Amino acid sequence: MKGSSSRLAFSLGFLVGACSIYFFLRQVWFERSYPVLTEAQERATAVSESPTSWRKEGAALINLLHPHHADEDSRLADVLYHKVRVLCWVMTGPYNLQSRARHVRATWSRHCNVVVFMSSVEDPDFPTVGLGTKEGRDQLYWKTIRAFHYVYEHHASEADWFLKADDDTFVVVDNLRWILSNHTPEEPIYFGKRFKPYTKQGYMSGGAGYVLSKEALKRFVEGFRTKVCTHITPVEDLALGQCLEKMGVQAGDSRDTLHRETFHPFVPEHHLTGKFSKSFWYWSYCYYPIVEGPQCCSDLAVSFHYVEAELMYTLEYYTYHLRAFGYRPRYRPSVRQGLTPGPLSQTVVTAGLKAVQVVTDGRGHTTSASSLGGNTIKSETEPEKLGKDDLNSGVTENRTGVTQGRHR
Amino acid sequence: MLSEGGSFMKGMAMGAIFCLGLSLFGTFSPATEHGPGEHHHHHVKAPSKDELTRLSDSHVLELVNQVRVSCIIMVQPKILVYWATALDTWSKHCDKAVFYTSESSKALEAVDLNEEDDWARLRKALKHAYENAGDLRWFFVAKATTFAIIENLKHLVLTKDPEEPFYLGNAMKSGELEYVAYESGIVLSYEALKRLVNVLEDEEKCPERGHALWTMSEDKQLAVCLKYTGVFAENGEDSHGKGLFNSKSVDSLITDSMRDNPTNVVEGCCSDLAVTFNGMSPNQMQVMMFGVYRLRPYGHDFHDLLVFQPPEGSDND
Repeated sequence: MKGSSSRLAFSLGFLVGACSIYFFLRQVWFERSYPVLTEAQERATAVSESPTSWRKEGAALINLLHPHHADEDSRLADVLYHKVRVLCWVMTGPYNLQSRARHVRATWSRHCNVVVFMSSVEDPDFPTVGLGTKEGRDQLYWKTIRAFHYVYEHHASEADWFLKADDDTFVVVDNLRWILSNHTPEEPIYFGKRFKPYTKQGYMSGGAGYVLSKEALKRFVEGFRTKVCTHITPVEDLALGQCLEKMGVQAGDSRDTLHRETFHPFVPEHHLTGKFSKSFWYWSYCYYPIVEGPQCCSDLAVSFHYVEAELMYTLEYYTYHLRAFGYRPRYRPSVRQGLTPGPLSQTVVTAGLKAVQVVTDGRGHTTSASSLGGNTIKSETEPEKLGKDDLNSGVTENRTGVTQGRHR
Repeated sequence: MLSEGGSFMKGMAMGAIFCLGLSLFGTFSPATEHGPGEHHHHHVKAPSKDELTRLSDSHVLELVNQVRVSCIIMVQPKILVYWATALDTWSKHCDKAVFYTSESSKALEAVDLNEEDDWARLRKALKHAYENAGDLRWFFVAKATTFAIIENLKHLVLTKDPEEPFYLGNAMKSGELEYVAYESGIVLSYEALKRLVNVLEDEEKCPERGHALWTMSEDKQLAVCLKYTGVFAENGEDSHGKGLFNSKSVDSLITDSMRDNPTNVVEGCCSDLAVTFNGMSPNQMQVMMFGVYRLRPYGHDFHDLLVFQPPEGSDND
């Protein structure tokens, strides 16, 4: 009897063992989920490398190809690219080239007309200029002074405006051009995130980036030549602001037409969702009243600061790539005079708000989406009363775009 | 007794090894009932710009009315912040957004299904949405922890007929079952939802409590039920074949792309007309609202065939 009960026990055990392993495997192996390959993955197309569109000129990268999106109409941006030439110089250092400057080079700096990376040490491969200073916070103003002198000496004729940014600043250069298009490079003026203390007219935050007109740059260099300006403090942004004030350069208002800030000293999350504590220095520094929440920042934001590598690419994706199909933004500022592409557009703009036909195979024709009449300020703040604007919405190729309003 | 115990243990060990061995050899796989025939992956692609420009004006007008979306948003009081964020952000872009909760909350309003079980709750919510569909023909189901760009969803299904059964999203495969992942949102056409609501009555094919000893996640259960009605999961992709429904957050996908395509991070990451992302914090969702609907470079225009107006009473988009 012992034998058969042993055998019974064995068979039972066998069953139990097999079943438990089966159930276990089923959960862990057979029914493990994995995503279905997309068509793009099935084709196994390697993401093609973007064509290099820069010409190296010494330590400067001259942009030959203004980056374009396949499906977009960027004629207006192209006009601005040629009319409002921006040289971007990026404050960096030898230890930050791989961790920070490299990502600037791969993202927003591609939209500048010329970009120069400024370091204490020359690097012909990156490339960077060697300013001959040491590294460190106390060297910031020295680096700034020398960088602006370098740019003035080597590239003054190649640009109209000269932007300084840090290697953790993200800049939307197309929006910078929009702000600057209302001014000329002969004006002694500079723009940035305006702070108020220690100066009469205020000065611009270094981290959020600031941009000088050609005249302003001339006066800055002149100030040092005549010793009106000297290296007074390593606090780069304040010192520069004080020098420019002495040289009669105006501190400009960089806010959009709804008085929303465009240059930002922190990351988007901080401005959009953060609450600045009342004791925070920021409250007493800002020249204009701080707005918290979504109205902190213009749709046409120009800069953000403290942007780390990953966020650089995320912001590039948000700015130039990710969009909502067909969405008509609330804020649609009018095109400034003299910027509409081609003479035909002038008559269209003045003819009023009629449905416009866009000819896509020609050159120099207007983009109807952006050329509205003079009542745009109203339409920006009162989106419900669209009225006349409806006619202009989404017109493509002889056909009126069909609108879908939303009623809740 | 000892020898029987010993035999039992030996038996168990032998049984385990036997099963393991068999599965390893793969000649007989216990989980698959079908032969090794290749299962066709279904892809549903968004229309290309060319396709859209070839449509007639009257056709476009029809499509505008057809492509209206009813959002079914599943919430729970324990994710109150996500609930509030969904309410304040992406749900405003649905033609109709209804929140379904497991239990009521004093802070926010929702249809209280009073149901703890996830699958039972999903069933009730879908049934309710179908019964109250009105003239809406597309249904989007998501948890409040997902972020969706409804305009891009409309673009994906623009030229698709809701009287055909569509069941779209991020398609996953588990054994032989292809299903749409819950985390990245589920899209159902009217016909698919109609068939589902009918089969929900069938206790055999689509029971409320699963037959198996373990419970399948509700997205798999949904796929099983739909399969009986002849509706199969399809992967939603853009006109270039890139996935539109993401189970990860933007940051996560960018990090992956920095590792996989270091020379072309943004292009290699995500679609320009992505529909969903998952795993974002409420603050990141607010940043995404800014990124999708507001932040843009001046002078770059897309002359899209349809124009969607901003929702009323909102300022973060």
